[in-house]
Amino acid sequence: MKTKQEETDFEVRSLDSMCVNESELVHPWWYNFKYAAVGVIFGVVFIKAEIISWFRIQEMFKLQSFHMYGVIGTAVVVGAISVFLIKKLKVKTIHGEEITFTNKKFNKGQIYGGLIFGLGWAITGACPGPLFAQLGSGALAIIVVIVSAIAGTWVYGKFRDQLPH
Amino acid sequence: MFETITKPWPWYTAGLIIGLIVPTLLILGNKHFGISSNLRHICAACFPSNIPFFKYDWKKESWNLFFIGGILVGGIISTQYLSSPDPVIIHPDLAKDLTQFGITDFSGLVPAQLFSFESLFTLRGLIMMVGGGFLVGFGTRYAGGCTSGHAIMGLSNLQWPSLVATICFMIGGFLMTNLILPYILAL
Repeated sequence: MKTKQEETDFEVRSLDSMCVNESELVHPWWYNFKYAAVGVIFGVVFIKAEIISWFRIQEMFKLQSFHMYGVIGTAVVVGAISVFLIKKLKVKTIHGEEITFTNKKFNKGQIYGGLIFGLGWAITGACPGPLFAQLGSGALAIIVVIVSAIAGTWVYGKFRDQLPH
Repeated sequence: MFETITKPWPWYTAGLIIGLIVPTLLILGNKHFGISSNLRHICAACFPSNIPFFKYDWKKESWNLFFIGGILVGGIISTQYLSSPDPVIIHPDLAKDLTQFGITDFSGLVPAQLFSFESLFTLRGLIMMVGGGFLVGFGTRYAGGCTSGHAIMGLSNLQWPSLVATICFMIGGFLMTNLILPYILAL
């Protein structure tokens, strides 16, 4: 039985990309290492394909290089085919659970927030994922950028009700 | 063979692997690819401050924290063991533009002349590191996702709000790099 509190929370969370369709099964915490393993692969790709390079991001926004467009474009095509096949073939998880999808609701935050994130992306040359790979690559000062990004998220949470959505 | 791995990877290899992360996470445990939510989980775990937006059971989302922990480790592994001795290639026009602003060191992926503890004590460094980071954290949560959650996962699932968000990310980026950043770099 869901309480009212939880339902409100669901609404707040449904605005986000994070999983609203969380697993019903409860696993031991160390099962999460499978996601860490995927993260390691992602981190290696970030570095080896220079996706975390500040210079590559500048080249993308100056239309001087196709590299980033190629990376994101290919990822979207491969992702879309995968999602289509998972839906079509009703693929289950390795634990036999159903794979579910949630539709994203439009709100003005996607415009205002999107523009704000775009400004930050071009300054730092990194989205949230690459920030952690940059830190791993030895650019220790990036910890300042990460802490500031956490602060930005906190300030958004604090003033969320006053912002247009 | 090993040289193929240490050389910079082409866009199609990277795009293919990143694209395959989408079904991998879904099949491993019905998890939707997204990274910026971690910033929210960290707030919820460390500084919830009685703000409703941060009052949820972040432990249920801890897979996401393991995921970024993995990214960090992947960054360490590839830098320590898989790095290429060759310098990073930069477009000559970009190199010329940046030289005007005194940025001449193109050796790393992250320009040390802009992002370092020393540059934090300059106005330019402060704006770029603290200001830039703040915009990333604030903007991604306001938009409800970042490049992974919207541009890759959202578009893969054919969500039009994600397309709107992705277009806005690009507009913001074009504005910053071409119109605003030159003024910041000149500081």
